[in-house]
Amino acid sequence: MKIVKQVREWIDERFGWAKLTEPLRHKTVPIHKLSYWYFLGGITLFLFGIQVCTGILLLMYYRPSANEAFESVQYIMTRVQFGWLIRSIHSWAANLMIFTAFLHMFSVLFLRAYRKPRELTWVSGMILLFLVLGFGFSGYLLPWNTLAFFATKVGTEITGQVPLIGHTMMVLLRGGEEVTGATLSRFFGIHVAVLPGLTAFLILIHLALVQRFGMSLPPSVQAASKVNPSVVREMKFLPNFLLREFMAWYIALGVLGALAALLPWELGTKADPFGAAPAGIRPEWYFMFMFQTLKLIPSKILHIDGELLGIGAFGLAGAIWVLLPFLGGQREKRGGRLIRGAGVFALCYIVAMTIYGYLAK
Amino acid sequence: MTLAVCALAYGSRAQTANTCLDCHGVLDPPLRVTEAQFSQDIHFQKGLTCASCHGGDPTKADMDAMSKAAGFRGKIERNQVPALCGRCHSDGNFMRQYNPGLRTDQFSQYQTSVHGKLFAKGDTKVAVCIDCHGVHDLRPARDSRSNVHPLNIAQTCARCHSDAAYMKPYGIPTDQFANYSKSVHHEAMTARGDLSAPTCTTCHGNHGAAPPGVDSVKNVCANCHVFQAQMYEKSSHKTVFQSAGLPGCVVCHSNHGITHPTDAKLGTGPEGVCMQCHSPGDDCDRARVGLLASLTKLDQSIKSADSVLGVAESSGMEVSEARLQQDQARDSLTKARVTIHSFQPKLIDQDIQAGLKIAAKDLQAGKAALSERDFRRKGLGIAVIFILITLVGLFLYIRQLEGKPANG
Amino acid sequence: MSNEDSQQVRPARRRLVEILLGGGVFASVVSFLYPVLKYLVPPAVPDLGQDDVVAAAVGDLKPNGSKVFRFGSRPALLLLTAEGEYHAVSAVCTHLGCTVQYRSDLHEIWCACHNGTYDLDGRNVSGPPPRPLENFQVNIRGKEIVVSRKRGV
Repeated sequence: MKIVKQVREWIDERFGWAKLTEPLRHKTVPIHKLSYWYFLGGITLFLFGIQVCTGILLLMYYRPSANEAFESVQYIMTRVQFGWLIRSIHSWAANLMIFTAFLHMFSVLFLRAYRKPRELTWVSGMILLFLVLGFGFSGYLLPWNTLAFFATKVGTEITGQVPLIGHTMMVLLRGGEEVTGATLSRFFGIHVAVLPGLTAFLILIHLALVQRFGMSLPPSVQAASKVNPSVVREMKFLPNFLLREFMAWYIALGVLGALAALLPWELGTKADPFGAAPAGIRPEWYFMFMFQTLKLIPSKILHIDGELLGIGAFGLAGAIWVLLPFLGGQREKRGGRLIRGAGVFALCYIVAMTIYGYLAK
Repeated sequence: MTLAVCALAYGSRAQTANTCLDCHGVLDPPLRVTEAQFSQDIHFQKGLTCASCHGGDPTKADMDAMSKAAGFRGKIERNQVPALCGRCHSDGNFMRQYNPGLRTDQFSQYQTSVHGKLFAKGDTKVAVCIDCHGVHDLRPARDSRSNVHPLNIAQTCARCHSDAAYMKPYGIPTDQFANYSKSVHHEAMTARGDLSAPTCTTCHGNHGAAPPGVDSVKNVCANCHVFQAQMYEKSSHKTVFQSAGLPGCVVCHSNHGITHPTDAKLGTGPEGVCMQCHSPGDDCDRARVGLLASLTKLDQSIKSADSVLGVAESSGMEVSEARLQQDQARDSLTKARVTIHSFQPKLIDQDIQAGLKIAAKDLQAGKAALSERDFRRKGLGIAVIFILITLVGLFLYIRQLEGKPANG
Repeated sequence: MSNEDSQQVRPARRRLVEILLGGGVFASVVSFLYPVLKYLVPPAVPDLGQDDVVAAAVGDLKPNGSKVFRFGSRPALLLLTAEGEYHAVSAVCTHLGCTVQYRSDLHEIWCACHNGTYDLDGRNVSGPPPRPLENFQVNIRGKEIVVSRKRGV
């Protein structure tokens, strides 16, 4: 620990480290019965860090061409030492990250941390959620196996259904009319360059905003603390809360290692663009609720194409979700109940549709 | 009516050098030969006309073309066909003008065949040239639409040979095509597209078609199945079968309905062949049991290695090298099954042992892959323990920092 | 517990915590770094082995000798003629898939299963094989003999 102090002093003499980190050392986190939810954002960030590290490692061996992509992943899984570990961690962490991102969003919603002055934190977070889903969609294609190929085909097909701009969007996504090696190149570029850049930028904004406004108190806790102040106590962020976050991150690391070793991610079979789609093709679980909805919508509702209506509905829902803080309305209580109701409905809908999607096969 | 039609045709096409088709193209069968049909004929494509076989004058219109003075013969009777075809096709100097690569011994071969011999005795039910090759739309054998293309030959022969009513006077079976259709040779041709697979003419000959004869059967099979024949030649069964007048390979494998031989042939079930002659409990029966046991052993050891490798693969382990070696083991099994034809257990055992060695090695490789997988899980366990230690350390450190039981 | 006692317990306790935390962090970080460092070391077989493979080193084969090596997921045959020419063909017999071999006595490629023979470029000469063996390109790169799939027409 003495060395740490010496290094800190050395840096401080040159960069004014102490002054920079001053606000951070005063930062406190309110601890109450609901404060476990505060960990979710940090875990998502940690998983993103894992993805960046394992992703860079995978880049050392992965080849983004239709000819070699599958073989290169097979090479990583079977020939490269611990390649199986890196790849399985990358695949599992991706799914875990999407899960914690959703959980984080819902917890923020139900704890009402999106209210003034934190509206932009919410907006930046929602954009981050969309980026994370984009990571999932683009990364899924990269091993170029049968499931991924056809899932991408169906997914981009749905994009093409959007009126007016849909076809153009689809062609831009696919790098052509069909899913080919050009699609793979595009998705690769999006996955390793475009999305990481955007995400890193937005994370900085998101974190800066969180620092700026501090942790929000859920309304119920706020009300309770007015009656009995000991319900909430302030804990220093550095080092106390951070150490606890490290504990959570270490647990996540252990879980990831266990998943990678006990439930390795499968390779599948190499994609054959001219082959038949396997029966029961479906997207990954995080898109399942949308997919299942589209499957259930009748083909025509009041002369309007059912699929179009479904896509439109989800688009509208997404837009509403991003703008949630601004739709609160004047009377906070009523606005709160409305949004809470919408949140409960959305959560139940997503969970139910996802389960239904898997059972319906 | 015919004359009226011919007269109508006369007005429109008086210039063609093959005027026969003008009328015969619109007549009813059996006189009907259309231009569409005849244009497919190889003879027409080489510049011959109707008159080349039927005589007459193809430049004259109307019935003048069929002038006896110009040599018109009318319909060629069946008993005249071979001689007519042979007039050109047996003439080497003549055929050289058209296709120097064609053989010219078809007629002399035909005379040695069963068809030819019966024909010489005056039987016109037997096959003559046009029955197999077609007439008026005769295609060369290499044309896949020809009746004598390898893919179609069996069906052409079956036209007569599967017709029980037609074949009644000859007293031979009519199940050859039905049996052949179930055979592995037929499957090779139709399913695998292997044109070198045997069809009727491969074993019976085409123009000189006759059954190979009891003593020659194995020679015929030996053209392709060289090893099996070589081993059989030196085996005990050869002398026995020969002196008993038994047709070699056919005894166990049948002639037309040759199915894919399995190890069951060595068994005692419906497919078993050994016990058709041998008595239970004698030396040969004991040897048979031993052979079947070792073949089964090799087959099973290959399969068990395969299944272990499969488990390893699905756990994410790399076993492609062992998979490749499994092919060698399977090759040994194939060789052992060929060596059976020597009927010498020692020789057969050599191949079996070679295969067993390879399969055992591959099983080891599979087990090694599984133990590597377990090693990984142990490594994970160790990492988890370190993580747990760190977690406990963190927990205690936090408590220490805060000087009292920590929250969370 | 009196204050004085807790003051005495603390240094030993503190030491234990330090060891646990420091040791745990160190050990777990090592258990993370070890696989990562091993991962970065290129494997023994550096290439995917799909289209280009180092089949042998110069000098491995004697004249009129041969070697079966792995090309992609199938075996292939590399042979060196007495005149010093390298040939490489697929070792999977086109008849029923047995592995072929080079017969140095007959100077031809031969399949032991059903007596199929091929010439040195893989063309099926006699016996059951219906098609030739796939012919590969052989290049010498320094001390390595590189076999690759033929490109272009």
